[in-house]
Amino acid sequence: MMTDTMIDTGSNIASPEALAALRDQLAAAAEGRRRVLVCSTGCLAIGAREVEATFRSEVAAAGLIGEVDVVQTGCHGLCAMAPVAVIEPYDIVYGRNRVKYIPDVISQTVMNGDVIRRFCYGRDAEMAHVEDIPFYAHQTKRVLRNVGRVDPQKIDDAIQRGVYEAAGKALTTMAPDEIVEEVKTSALRGRGGGGFPAGLKWEICKQNPGKDRYLICNADEGDPGAFMDRALLEGDPHSVLEGMIISAYAIEATKGFIYVRAEYPIAVTHIRRAIEEAQERGLLGDNILGSGYSLDIEVREGAGAFVCGEETAMIASLEGERGMARPKPPYPAVRGYYGEPTIINNVETFANVPLIVDEGGATFAESGTEGSKGTKIFALAGQVNNTGLVEVPMGATIREIVFGVGGGMPRNREFKAVQMGGPSGGCVPAAHLDLPIDYDSLKEVGAIMGSGGMIVMDNTTCIVDIARYFIAFCAEESCGLCAPCRLGTVQLEEILNRITEGKGSLEDLDLLESLGEVVQQTSLCGLGQTAPNPVMSTLRHFRDEYLAHVVDKTCPAGVCTALLPVEATSGKEKSR
Amino acid sequence: MTAVDLGPARAVLESMAPVDHGHAIPLLQNIQDTYGYLPREVILDLSSETGIPASHLFGLATFYAQFYLEEHGRHTVRVCRGTACHVRGRKIIQDAIDEELGIGPGETTEDRRFSLETVACVGTCFLAPVVMIDHDYFGNFDPKRVGEIMGGYE
Repeated sequence: MMTDTMIDTGSNIASPEALAALRDQLAAAAEGRRRVLVCSTGCLAIGAREVEATFRSEVAAAGLIGEVDVVQTGCHGLCAMAPVAVIEPYDIVYGRNRVKYIPDVISQTVMNGDVIRRFCYGRDAEMAHVEDIPFYAHQTKRVLRNVGRVDPQKIDDAIQRGVYEAAGKALTTMAPDEIVEEVKTSALRGRGGGGFPAGLKWEICKQNPGKDRYLICNADEGDPGAFMDRALLEGDPHSVLEGMIISAYAIEATKGFIYVRAEYPIAVTHIRRAIEEAQERGLLGDNILGSGYSLDIEVREGAGAFVCGEETAMIASLEGERGMARPKPPYPAVRGYYGEPTIINNVETFANVPLIVDEGGATFAESGTEGSKGTKIFALAGQVNNTGLVEVPMGATIREIVFGVGGGMPRNREFKAVQMGGPSGGCVPAAHLDLPIDYDSLKEVGAIMGSGGMIVMDNTTCIVDIARYFIAFCAEESCGLCAPCRLGTVQLEEILNRITEGKGSLEDLDLLESLGEVVQQTSLCGLGQTAPNPVMSTLRHFRDEYLAHVVDKTCPAGVCTALLPVEATSGKEKSR
Repeated sequence: MTAVDLGPARAVLESMAPVDHGHAIPLLQNIQDTYGYLPREVILDLSSETGIPASHLFGLATFYAQFYLEEHGRHTVRVCRGTACHVRGRKIIQDAIDEELGIGPGETTEDRRFSLETVACVGTCFLAPVVMIDHDYFGNFDPKRVGEIMGGYE
């Protein structure tokens, strides 16, 4: 452990008081320390391992062990500048870190607080500190407050930041139904995309008698373009566990599952490690924090089926079946895992729960919009300068996110649309840039909040090609159980293929709309019911671009190769 | 065709005991981690040991994209076909990798060094386009560096 030898780390924490005392000790020991926080999750894709190892070896070479801590953390959000490190106590953010400059960073910045311009945001020394960088200034980090500040594989880091204290409060001072009431008051809505009020779902679950009740954390973040849950699990797994403990206690469950994508190996490792550490310390397992409440949480890895993000398919998968959806009702809250009342919430939903217990549901409900409370994490990607992980209050506008936090378009290209909600969502055009984002406003313009993926598109993106891309995705991921989804998505894909190949007609556009409606209205589960959304929303907002493909036989974005002038297609691309 | 050693499969079963229907997927995952794929003989043996019908195990193995019924490469290259990668040039890197390895998605090189797959999204959209080799992520993937990166995997 990096912590002071005087502090009793590693032993069982028997009560909320013991937890608070340990937190105070850890916080006092950490006060004002020089720390280099190297993102060791997302940034691993671009050399963070070498950067972190070099910081470590150079700190040792300079004889600074004990004076400077090098910490492996989760995501700092500014992924466009990867690999990113934050230097405490100054809160200086350095991006594009290169191994050869690390001795300079240590001697000048870590030891003296002097800024080196080349690593700063925009290579501007005025934007060295967190509070001076527009990317951070436009955000409200609540759920993400610990991500990037703690070593996710060290439970003492989490404890030092106050994690598990809300669980202590809930388990020892609140009755389960009181927590359900607080969550209802907070008006927290499911962050996985559906937006169903979490407290109401829990109440329904509790009204149904069962032999056992189960709690499932949906970490099967399958929407292309989404990485919010990945960042939470990798960067602050203990807060997710804390949220699950409180929620399980509220619905009086004795067993929890985390169903996480196998495509997220770092998240799997970190959450497994977090469970181990929490068990060792008495924060999970038998008699949590001396409260008398016991809970086991088991990690299950997905096996590569997108449909398992749908709650009934996920339950089927947990029961050892193929991931095929089941008719609703009955909803899982009534009849779920092995027929027992079961609550499935998303990672980010659980991460919000400790905040509600800590400050009370009414205070939580003060932020956000009328119908959508709190904050939302978005994964910003595509044609935008500051690709990364952002958290804003509900009600922030798309313009604020893309141009404020996101820093606008690369090379000042023209904003065309932002795709929200992945394969279940839609494209929001420039005309709606000032739309305040919440669950209801997005639905009105044909998109959805979804889980939080935002892909920014400029004029080099063909809208018809994007619609074809999403429907091809859904056709491939359809579980095959119900005909409207299994057959309808393939027909939609074939029509769109025809259009992108220059063989489409005006009738095809009507066909897309009528067939899309049938698939929406008659599919068994959410996958099929929402699969036509990307097609329908683009037909609504970008009809001109479809008309260019079917009438003029041109692709304005220059993407559909069959519609380009002959000389431009020499480097012919594959169709998929 | 050489006979498959059932010893490691039995060891997996023992480590997970008791194994019932509900553990069928983690069981297959552990078997695949052990053998690199799901050999037919092993599935039949698991079925008789656990009482889970072989048809059910094959049903799972063919439904979930993660499972392989045939011998797989030592390393798995996954090209992300997520939305951000799609709009930031995935096709170009797919072509470069196909050419370097001389195979297409779903295929394995003759020397069994690499198997090539596409994946819906690896959640690294901020550094699109992205390729994963085994558990390593490669962001802002430069098609010119394909040979160099692949060279790191024997």
